[in-house]
Amino acid sequence: MIPAAIGTGGEPLLRWSYVRDNYDGPIWEALREHLVLSFTPVLLGLLIALPLGLACARWTRLYPPVLAVTSVLYAIPAIGLFVVFVAFTGLTYTTVVVPLALYTLSVLVPSVVDGLRSVPEHVRQSAVAMGFGPLRRLVQVELPIALPVVMGGLRVATVANISLVSVGALIGIGGLGQLMVTGMKWPGGAYPTPIVVAIVLIVVLALVADLVLMLVQRFLTPWERSGRVSRRAARAARTERAAEVAR
Amino acid sequence: MITFAGVTKRYPDGTVAVDHLDLEIPAGEITVLVGPSGCGKTTTLRMINRMVEATEGTVTVDGRNVRDVDPPTLRRGIGYVIQQAGLFPHRTILDNIATVPLLLGRDKKRARADARALMERVGLDAAFARRYPAQLSGGQQQRVGVARALAADPPILLMDEPFSAVDPIVRGGLQDEFLRLQSELEKTIVFVTHDIDEAVKLGHRIAVFQVGGKLAQYTSPDELLDAPASDFVRDFLGGERGIRRLRFAQELEAEAAAENAPGAVPAKADER
Repeated sequence: MIPAAIGTGGEPLLRWSYVRDNYDGPIWEALREHLVLSFTPVLLGLLIALPLGLACARWTRLYPPVLAVTSVLYAIPAIGLFVVFVAFTGLTYTTVVVPLALYTLSVLVPSVVDGLRSVPEHVRQSAVAMGFGPLRRLVQVELPIALPVVMGGLRVATVANISLVSVGALIGIGGLGQLMVTGMKWPGGAYPTPIVVAIVLIVVLALVADLVLMLVQRFLTPWERSGRVSRRAARAARTERAAEVAR
Repeated sequence: MITFAGVTKRYPDGTVAVDHLDLEIPAGEITVLVGPSGCGKTTTLRMINRMVEATEGTVTVDGRNVRDVDPPTLRRGIGYVIQQAGLFPHRTILDNIATVPLLLGRDKKRARADARALMERVGLDAAFARRYPAQLSGGQQQRVGVARALAADPPILLMDEPFSAVDPIVRGGLQDEFLRLQSELEKTIVFVTHDIDEAVKLGHRIAVFQVGGKLAQYTSPDELLDAPASDFVRDFLGGERGIRRLRFAQELEAEAAAENAPGAVPAKADER
């Protein structure tokens, strides 16, 4: 088969033979691992960010210190954090999952807080006046209205995570990142094909994940179809005015 | 009947929002609380459904101290229309209207059917049922707000500046329909506004509040205009009296013009 491109040392960037021989072996294995390592931390992060964000929105004085801690956590280089965790959890998925989950907090906590703050005060007041108790108000009114902002954060965290997982390859648990190590440490010089395969799959995975989350968000928030909405509301306002003038 | 007996609301910082208020609000009529901003009219309204708790004194509804009823239960029995409508953006118009019946655990199908009937009653096209609040104009949202407050058929309706966020022309229409609706329903309505014209137009009784949460005068609209009890009340009515008469004359003219216009369309069919 024709090489996709020619590399510097006469070695093509992509050798299809490698893909053909490995797609249901190491490539598939790396992809599967990458998926697990990408989504587990996001889910875990969301489970922590929800109560934490709720608390920060409720007790506003809590928010600045929480924000400071999550930001500082994010500033710690991933590789350093992985190495620290190896000491506690060894060379397991946990070692990669926990630091990545901590990273997602710096995006997810603010998005939960901002989401809850996006609930208009008159809407919250009217929920109280209708006789919603605090829990029902949270579940039936505030969280649904916060959802678009939270989903936005979730998309950013997911995409960031998909790319970050590869760093785990440095301790031997890196999903598609593992292919990059394979390529770099190929006996007899660097071998670009596994690296290219890994990059392409990571990008595709990120795009697909973002698309899927966007569709989920659309499905969950049917009231958010903005463009059409505002035009229709504007038209409604015009005709209402006209009707009243005519009256 | 709603009764305030020696009611004071004092905030922790020492601000007195309502000062020793005694007020009897008759059943089946519209009582308007009016005054400049910061006069405690909204605070007074909210002490009826315990969104604000009185510091001193008692508020009773039909002889029952509101403090003896747990807030969510109390509130589900009292309709509330908030400024800017306060509709739930994530729920359809129909589900917004059915909010309180659903909270009360009523059958979903029934609640929605009742909500549909209410839409017609407040002058909303049935086509809006499955839309979301953002797809409606301000005036239409306000109608939904009124329908939502009426959905569980509460004997009392609290209305906090319900028509002040819409433009004056739409507001006039909403007020007229509100009066028509009330003539059928005969609810006990407490209506808060800062607009004395609106107070005079809608109220059977008007309570004028002044800054510091003091009741300045409580009487019928006629008597209020004829015999203001104090300089404050006179000033509050004052500057705008002439304008009010002028506006009245203009309204008559506009009405006559609309009736004579050959192409005058029935307003309701057009409201989409």
